[in-house]
Amino acid sequence: MGFFILRRIGQTLVVLAIASIIVFTLMRLIPGDPIQIIMGSEYSKEAEAELRRQLGLDRPIVVQYLVWVGNVLRGEFGYSYLNHERVSVLLWQAFLPTMCLVIGTTIVGLLIALPSGIIAAVKKDTVWDYGSMGFAIMAYSMPSFWKGIILIWIFGVYLGWFPIMGYVHPWVNLSESLWKLTLPSLTLGTFFSGLVARITRSSLLEVLDQDYIKAARARGVRHTMLVAKHALRNALIPVVTVIGLQFGTLLGGAVLTETVFTIPGLGRLTVAAILNREYQIVQGAVLLGVVFVVGVNLLVDLAYGFLHPKIRVQ
Amino acid sequence: MTETLLEVRNLGVAFHDEDGVLRAVDGVSFGVARGEIVGLVGESGAGKTLTAEAIMRLIRCPPGRISGEILYRGRDLLALDEAELADIRGKDIAMIFQNPISSLNPVFRVGAQLLEAMLLHLPARRRTLRDRVREIFTRVGIPSAERRAQDYPHQFSGGMCQRAMIGMGIACTPSLLIADEPTTALDVTIQAQILALIRQLAAELGMAVLLVSHDLGIISQMCRRVLVMYAGKIVEEAPIATIFHAPAHPYTRGLMACIPHLEQVPERLGTIAGVMPGLRDLPSGCRFHPRCPIAEPRCAVTEPALRALDETHRVSCHLARKD
Amino acid sequence: MEQARGVRTVDGDVLPAEAVGVVRHDAQTAEYARLWRRFCRNKGAVFGLAVFLAIVFMALFADLISPYNPLVQNYARPMEGPSTDHWLGTDSFGRDMLSRIIHGARIALVVGILAVLLAMVVGVTLGLISGYYGGLTDTIIMRVMDGLFAFPILILAIALMAVMGFGVRNVIIAVAIVSIAPFARVTRGDVLAVREEPYIEAARLAGISNRAIIWRHVLPNVLAPIIVQGALRVSAAIITESGLSFLGLGPPPPTPVWGSMIAEGRNFIVMAPHISTFPGIALMITVVGLNLFGDGLRDVLDPKLKS
Repeated sequence: MGFFILRRIGQTLVVLAIASIIVFTLMRLIPGDPIQIIMGSEYSKEAEAELRRQLGLDRPIVVQYLVWVGNVLRGEFGYSYLNHERVSVLLWQAFLPTMCLVIGTTIVGLLIALPSGIIAAVKKDTVWDYGSMGFAIMAYSMPSFWKGIILIWIFGVYLGWFPIMGYVHPWVNLSESLWKLTLPSLTLGTFFSGLVARITRSSLLEVLDQDYIKAARARGVRHTMLVAKHALRNALIPVVTVIGLQFGTLLGGAVLTETVFTIPGLGRLTVAAILNREYQIVQGAVLLGVVFVVGVNLLVDLAYGFLHPKIRVQ
Repeated sequence: MTETLLEVRNLGVAFHDEDGVLRAVDGVSFGVARGEIVGLVGESGAGKTLTAEAIMRLIRCPPGRISGEILYRGRDLLALDEAELADIRGKDIAMIFQNPISSLNPVFRVGAQLLEAMLLHLPARRRTLRDRVREIFTRVGIPSAERRAQDYPHQFSGGMCQRAMIGMGIACTPSLLIADEPTTALDVTIQAQILALIRQLAAELGMAVLLVSHDLGIISQMCRRVLVMYAGKIVEEAPIATIFHAPAHPYTRGLMACIPHLEQVPERLGTIAGVMPGLRDLPSGCRFHPRCPIAEPRCAVTEPALRALDETHRVSCHLARKD
Repeated sequence: MEQARGVRTVDGDVLPAEAVGVVRHDAQTAEYARLWRRFCRNKGAVFGLAVFLAIVFMALFADLISPYNPLVQNYARPMEGPSTDHWLGTDSFGRDMLSRIIHGARIALVVGILAVLLAMVVGVTLGLISGYYGGLTDTIIMRVMDGLFAFPILILAIALMAVMGFGVRNVIIAVAIVSIAPFARVTRGDVLAVREEPYIEAARLAGISNRAIIWRHVLPNVLAPIIVQGALRVSAAIITESGLSFLGLGPPPPTPVWGSMIAEGRNFIVMAPHISTFPGIALMITVVGLNLFGDGLRDVLDPKLKS
């Protein structure tokens, strides 16, 4: 098990390294000379050389990369002239709302997906099955931004049950925070649940077909216990893995949901930064997004190893 | 007069799919007496496993459908509901399967699975049963029982898994053990041990065994009485000696002719021409007639019924005679 | 084909062809017919296919079937609900919604299909090379794919567009790039399995070049899951593209694109909900249809995967 953990962590670091290279390369590919952006149109050769040296742009590209990585590891992401603030501060401020949205989404998503997937599997080929899966397909086929707008219209404007935008930190005002997070969490959560419900169903169906379920039944285990104890424990393992895999999609959806509901999260920050050509922010936000996804995948893989006795015990 | 423990009457297992009905088991009738070891032999696809699973009602219906009567101590198992069945399964009738490793739940410890099997049916206290787990493991030949009970299935070898399954099978002292190809997935050396174990336990516990296999060698070692199945039907039923030395059905005769003898080395191994028909292409009349060396025109028209040649020997063939 | 009925053994016995497993030529066509029948039994999949064909039809004949020119503005009648003149109403500029939606299908389809085709060619090639040759090449390619995979799709697409600029062409490229990894992975997985098959080894022993083996023997056998993945990725591509358009990174106005139409209608959600609703419904039906179609394909072509 220990070896497994080490190997996984090693792989993660490699992936992070490659991703950071990709991010760095992307940013360097952006057309336009950063010197010009900062200095405007009139400047002397000396001033240009001086600034270039200051920003470290005169060194070879590999060194620039390493310097950047070094800075990132120290928490230095650059400075945003537009916002008069260090990028790292902006990122941190934007990270928290996104985290809350993600947590809310996951809770809503699992609350919907797990029961619906289990029922669909147990009552296969009945109305329950078709209904559950039909709902699941609709849920993840509906573009989240559109769903958000519709939910705003129905529940926010028409019925007036929930606020339609904004965000409050949970530790500042819990009830208002939850209230404001409800619609966004529902929007993204239903999307997430669509994906998870289907995999829950197929995984459970596959497990129910296994020999050991038949053998348990032959020993007199009753149906409910068969599903709840014998089958579920096995079926949920791949589901956990898929949740990790889908996390990237979830984060993408978060970008759109934040835009629709005006939540000051990483997604909105990124989009605004792109439109404002604030590439240091984009760089930092994208990297943070990647770390987030990779981190979650690592946790999920470790959880998988923990749940599956074959890996846990020697 | 040994009482009949299990009586199967006109058992049919059919599957309905998009293209029609497949009768995998058709009109099968036989009995198992108390303490008897009966063999159910046939090729792959003959319907042996389905017959065995039908007795325990482990077949998913739909798409399957079981018809007929299965009388266990006089009660028709096909008429019981799930709760009553769950009561009988594991306690009165137990079953072990072909692939022992995949028959154990990989996420639970083996000892815990055995414990659960007992908790379901035996009224004893948990602590007592935990001791019993150790006893049973030792009885079925699993060394270091205490430690092994804490292991997971993937840490057991194939043979040990089957021993554990047997242990679970006999834990509640059932009167009938159905063994579906219990040694097919195991090495030959382990095979012999497992079979010996089953034989011992059957004698000790007065347990009847329905042994399903395609291996005539195993059947000959273990069983007193043999049922031969072909394409979903029973074609012959006789004591073991009769089957081997005086088989009446052409199929059984063909099977016996295939067995090479150590003393006389033949030039070619015997075969039965053709293959067993698939369920979708069942021949008319007697299901064996296209491959039968002595088939007559009427064999293609009417299906022969299972008739008694004498009090222990039944055949389903128009032409079979006692000789 | 009467000779194929009986197969002669070494001693001169004649065994029936079926016993020996000789497949007759028309059995192949029967196989395809059987797959088609199975596909048709799945009502959802048939619906999906119908949706796909409808979208293609709309895309091809947009100009012919649109009642109005989607770009023509009409300040006299803005934000009208559905009426006999305008079946789906008009948007804030007075443009006919129905025509705009029909034309929107064109962009959605073009982007979706082109992006996926591009991703398929690159991804499948990488997967074939990676899976077949193994070793260091495999490790490097797969690590890079992992690196790509680590990016949330939309965020990577957005970042790419920051580099390349906005507009249709770059949307296609961006969506293609983020779709490469799934194809590479799926292909590689199946290639790893096929690589061990006896007929591959037989081909190698016969002296056939590696490249020919990959092209003629490996590729046809891994095609099924690639096709399924292709269908599913088209719907993912369409969603991604509409998301990018929604954010304003797609084709610039006044091009009728469902994503940006929804964004435009967002401001008028109270007074004129139809401006956002109808394009959204069109988008949803397209995506649901394509997903059902892809699922149906998977059920038919890849029976190992239970769904």
